[in-house]
Amino acid sequence: MSRVLIPQVLRPDVGGVKAVDVDGTTIGEVVASLLERHPALGGRLLSPDGGLHRFVNVYLNGADVRYLGGLETHVDERDEVRLLPAIAGG
Amino acid sequence: MKSSSDLLRQVRAAVAEVSPQEADALRAGGAVLVDVREQVEWDAGYIPGAVHVPRSYLEQNIESHVPDRAASVVLYCASGVRSAYGAATLAQLGYTNVSSMAGGIDAWRRLGLAVVTPTALSAAQQQRYSRHLLIPEVGTAGQARLLESRVLIVGAGGLGSPAALYLAAAGVGTLGIVDFDIVEASNLQRQVLHTTGRIGEKKVESARQTIGALNPDVKVVAHDEMLVADNVERIIDGYEVILDGTDTFETRYLLNDASVAAGIPVVHASVFRFEGQLTTFLPYDGPCYRCLYPTPPPPELAPGCSVAGVLGVVPGIMGLLQANEVLKLVLGIGEPLIGRLLLFDALEGSFSELRLERDPACPACGDAARAARERGETPNLPIYSTAAPFTMERIS
Repeated sequence: MSRVLIPQVLRPDVGGVKAVDVDGTTIGEVVASLLERHPALGGRLLSPDGGLHRFVNVYLNGADVRYLGGLETHVDERDEVRLLPAIAGG
Repeated sequence: MKSSSDLLRQVRAAVAEVSPQEADALRAGGAVLVDVREQVEWDAGYIPGAVHVPRSYLEQNIESHVPDRAASVVLYCASGVRSAYGAATLAQLGYTNVSSMAGGIDAWRRLGLAVVTPTALSAAQQQRYSRHLLIPEVGTAGQARLLESRVLIVGAGGLGSPAALYLAAAGVGTLGIVDFDIVEASNLQRQVLHTTGRIGEKKVESARQTIGALNPDVKVVAHDEMLVADNVERIIDGYEVILDGTDTFETRYLLNDASVAAGIPVVHASVFRFEGQLTTFLPYDGPCYRCLYPTPPPPELAPGCSVAGVLGVVPGIMGLLQANEVLKLVLGIGEPLIGRLLLFDALEGSFSELRLERDPACPACGDAARAARERGETPNLPIYSTAAPFTMERIS
């Protein structure tokens, strides 16, 4: 199980929790199992063609997965995955 | 009984003395030059790179300037007397590689060696900024640097308000403020530049009044206009650091692109309810806003404070962290948050840090965009006004 940290803006779609523990050996699998459990999140994370929105970043142990292996990036047990969308307020 | 000249002879015999030329060579080799004269003498000119520890504070303050007892240290004063006594004192404190520059800065000057003359602070400024002057990393030279600095704050709102107050208090000489809005009652829960009595007034004018009352050293340049493609280049021109306190993605991308092109660093923050994000963009040295978020979210997925609400202290805290980054950049001290995204969670009371990368294919700061600018061309960048969801890869 790896832990996915959920920012406040996405929490209404995961029942208000701060983190969700999910299975998966790649970022793609982790996101897919997260969406399986919380389908409402799909509307926030995925574009109409099924890819991740470019305004939602995914970090594996603090590093942006776009510069690792994207959705193919390997995820170990007890790794920390963080979803982070752009926020507007200023 | 010993006369003062007996004592001086005795001290001189015990400490190592170097000539100004030898001191210059030691300095080039990494030795620390310590000026032990009084403030007024330092203000009239000192040796470049020297640190200032007046003789009267030498025992108390040397450790904060030179923590390493084995470091090579050269003391100087006006003529070489006070520095000889100072060197003997440092030897007693356990410094093992200390010398005194014979003839002092007077001899140094006679040889035509370089001297820096710091901007002198008035007596009122010495009082006002005394807590800065006591910090070695700021000091008189740093305060003078702040007083001649030019910082642009885009948005006199939740982030811009606390930042403007503290940057003004710190003595940033010129504060540009961009805002086209007027003060509303609902702003006052967090926008501490403004007051109840100024509801209905222009925010830039309200900011000018507050800053003027706080610190008359600060020149406020009010840009009472919305930042748009037609004016962004003109507005940011001449500023050395920009503080992004905007609340829309359109303005944020516009500011990003123009500041990359102009080579001006941007300290960015954004907030949502109890959370904040903060980073510093230094053009080409680290990522820019487009590297971090290549496209903006549609409004329904990223509501602003007027829709989602925000705990007032969150932009307060993030705005002050932005002000901290600005001061570090202006003073050239510390480690700016370049390539690092700092997250603040007010409910948890926690900070987290994420690593950011510069995207070599970024349309604003990537290699091709940079090469185009160097050829005198303007990279063609998308202007975002609505949702334009790009996708990364398909989820299998």
